Amino acid sequence: MKFRVAREVLADAVAWTARSLPPRPSVPVLAGIMLDVEGNTLSVSGFDYEVSARSEVDVHATDGGRALVPGRLLAEITRALPPHPVEIVAEGSRLSISCSNARFSLPTLPVEDYPSLPSMPSAAGVVESDAFAEAVGQVAIAAGRDDTLPMLTGVRLEIEDDLVTLAATDRYRLAVREFAWRPETPGLTAAVLVPARTLADAAKTLTSGPEVVLSLSSGTSGEGILGLSGKDRQTTTRLLDAEFVKYRAIMPSSSTSFATLPVGMFTDAAKRVALVAERGTPLRCEFTPGTVTLKAGGSDDEGQAEERCDVEFDGDPLTIGFNPTFLLDGLAAVHTERARMDFTSALKPAVLSGVEPERDPDAAEKPAVRPGSYRYLIMPVRLPG
Amino acid sequence: MRRDPSILHLDLDAFFAAVEQRDKPSLRGRPVVVGGTGGRGVVSTASYEARAFGARSAMSTIEARRLCPPGTAFLGSRFAAYRRTSDVVMALLRELSPLVEPVSIDEAYVDLAAGDHDLSVAGVTALATDLKARIAAATGGVTGSVGIGTSKAIAKIGSELRKPDGLTVVPPGQELDVLHPLPVRSLGGVGPATAERLHQIAVTTVGDLHRLSLVDLTSLLGQAHGTGLHRLARADDDRPVVADREAKSVSAEETYARDLSDPVRLGAEVDALARRVGTRLRSSGTSGRTVTLKVRRPDFSTLTRSSTLPQPIDDPRLIAEVAHRLLAGIDRHAGVRLLGVGVSGLATFVQGDLFALDEPPTTTDLPVDESPDPEQPAPTAAVPWYPGQDVEHDEHGAGWVWGSGLNRVTVRFEGPRTPPGRVRTFAGDDPALRPGSPPDWTPPDPSAPDPSGPDPSEPDPTPPDPTAAG
Repeated sequence: MKFRVAREVLADAVAWTARSLPPRPSVPVLAGIMLDVEGNTLSVSGFDYEVSARSEVDVHATDGGRALVPGRLLAEITRALPPHPVEIVAEGSRLSISCSNARFSLPTLPVEDYPSLPSMPSAAGVVESDAFAEAVGQVAIAAGRDDTLPMLTGVRLEIEDDLVTLAATDRYRLAVREFAWRPETPGLTAAVLVPARTLADAAKTLTSGPEVVLSLSSGTSGEGILGLSGKDRQTTTRLLDAEFVKYRAIMPSSSTSFATLPVGMFTDAAKRVALVAERGTPLRCEFTPGTVTLKAGGSDDEGQAEERCDVEFDGDPLTIGFNPTFLLDGLAAVHTERARMDFTSALKPAVLSGVEPERDPDAAEKPAVRPGSYRYLIMPVRLPG
Repeated sequence: MRRDPSILHLDLDAFFAAVEQRDKPSLRGRPVVVGGTGGRGVVSTASYEARAFGARSAMSTIEARRLCPPGTAFLGSRFAAYRRTSDVVMALLRELSPLVEPVSIDEAYVDLAAGDHDLSVAGVTALATDLKARIAAATGGVTGSVGIGTSKAIAKIGSELRKPDGLTVVPPGQELDVLHPLPVRSLGGVGPATAERLHQIAVTTVGDLHRLSLVDLTSLLGQAHGTGLHRLARADDDRPVVADREAKSVSAEETYARDLSDPVRLGAEVDALARRVGTRLRSSGTSGRTVTLKVRRPDFSTLTRSSTLPQPIDDPRLIAEVAHRLLAGIDRHAGVRLLGVGVSGLATFVQGDLFALDEPPTTTDLPVDESPDPEQPAPTAAVPWYPGQDVEHDEHGAGWVWGSGLNRVTVRFEGPRTPPGRVRTFAGDDPALRPGSPPDWTPPDPSAPDPSGPDPSEPDPTPPDPTAAG
């Protein structure tokens, strides 16, 4: 194997693949990145039996071949190289990297011990890459991090013909977003559970091309795989083999009051007041017509904070408590200047949704299905007293 | 040691048994033993009538049954009833002083110096006499013994001196006169082992102890223990009365009549314990972030495992979920003798749970089980009735379970405000019969305590076959 490539091109491809390397590999070879040259194409791939990543770049090759090299070290080196063409040559059990006056010689790992990457399942449909990245980002924040309940660490992906619905919950909040796509076969239906972090990471980094292809193989024995292919990059992840909660039953169908908030000002106020809310102590929101008063802290050995913010509020005055992080996560995800919060009671979930600026006030009564379909439920904190 | 006799110690007399006798007129004047009624049950409290036969707290129920005559009532505990009565007493103490330190459900110290009182011996004697009368009136006849002195140790010893219904004020300067004739066992911290070692060097009274040098005592009993006793023998105790010792955790545990190893049964027991803890958390408006599981194996080795959650919880189902996970991580092949579930890291707020929306946020209707007594049997689905339990019958009204077994339950229909009542037997699953709330004893009955004596024709009011595991 022998090839030449521009430094940025190589560094980007290696860095992208290296992100999905396992931090603590179960076997040493899984810490490697496979370099594979065929014709004038270099593929840079990694696989840890859960997630695979493969990026392709054009190179000027004189010899084909494969080499498995320590992944993180390769990523650090390629990032640090000076901006000059890079020449890479496999020599026996070592890989040499030359760039301008710099030279590296790395030990390689046994290629034959490396697992072969799963083949990409057949394409299920195509989605615009930016819309996909936004939708996944909005939903994945609500997923849990505690893997004792695998269901809560996933994003539910439901396909219903030309509509995809994403949902995630950590049992304290629930985020749901719909988006349109082009299914490969009309009338396609499917529902899978994708590890939230992997999906969020992939969606965010597959935006270099206009579209992303989603591929699905729902194996019969819990071996299902989701594939995502963007321009020159493709990744697969094993699906979670768990039932997702019946989240539609949790979504409130009506509300007794609602507030329309200026997202920026309300977020800033909530962040300031939350400075005194330690260890998940609640942010108290007192809604009255025209105003919300935010309060936190309160006991003698804690700090206290209070701030008023102008909002539109329609309904009986309501005092409701939220975990500040959960509230701020939702506010950061609506991606609109104004947001609407619907309430049923101080103990029932509040629903945060974006308010589309160009719509007239009547439209707010029934949120549009797409593109502004984002809904973020927050279960309130029961306040003392 | 203070200059004035300003520390009061109250110890309610045979408290659980006294509440039982108040609520169950047919048991007044008769031996009553409260505690675990199962095979490994332990006596919590014996009434003075039962103590006459040798029954004592912490004795195994089996031994108490051997000592006590037929006609002795062996009852399971009703913590909700004890807690209600205790709350009334503690409220009376708080009227005396803001500094009240409850030691347990039936015992507390009061710092009279923090109230506005005449602290002369005559003054505190009058105060205590009045307090005792008010406690008896407000609780429907439960009595307490009071000790007053210049330190906690003296006040506590004072309350022990004339039990039951006693009052002892130790005047300043006379502490040693009271203390020295007492056996060394009267001092806190002198158990059978220490008493035996002291006895070997001919120390039997506190006065004997007083004559020992500090060096002798510490070489015999160790530094901390020796120093402590040396001071106590001199009535040298300056511990303050500390009010509002807030609960740091809420827990419930259970010792089983037979070691458990069946995973289904273990799971059900964990659920029952989680329910008790969750109910208590909810009734006190608290929640906690750390769930602890305690497992004691047949060889008495005890393990605890805990898990801290991102959010404080009070939902019994969530507590149970975590406890199940902790249990799964413990080797329990040899069986389980005791299980305990606790919640700590308490907070006053609860992050709601989207998955628990169908559950009402508070469950005030459930029986409130207030105390983490290790031997208290939880009424589980398999054993719905336990002796002493409050029940309600559609036709006959309120009463208590007199005995049960072989799918029969015998109930005596009476209450604190009725004369001794009739006994009736029902099928164990009689739909008209259901668990009841502790009866209301107020307003206090103006007549004297019920004079009716024991009826010798009545059989032992305990279940014929206490298969009840607990």
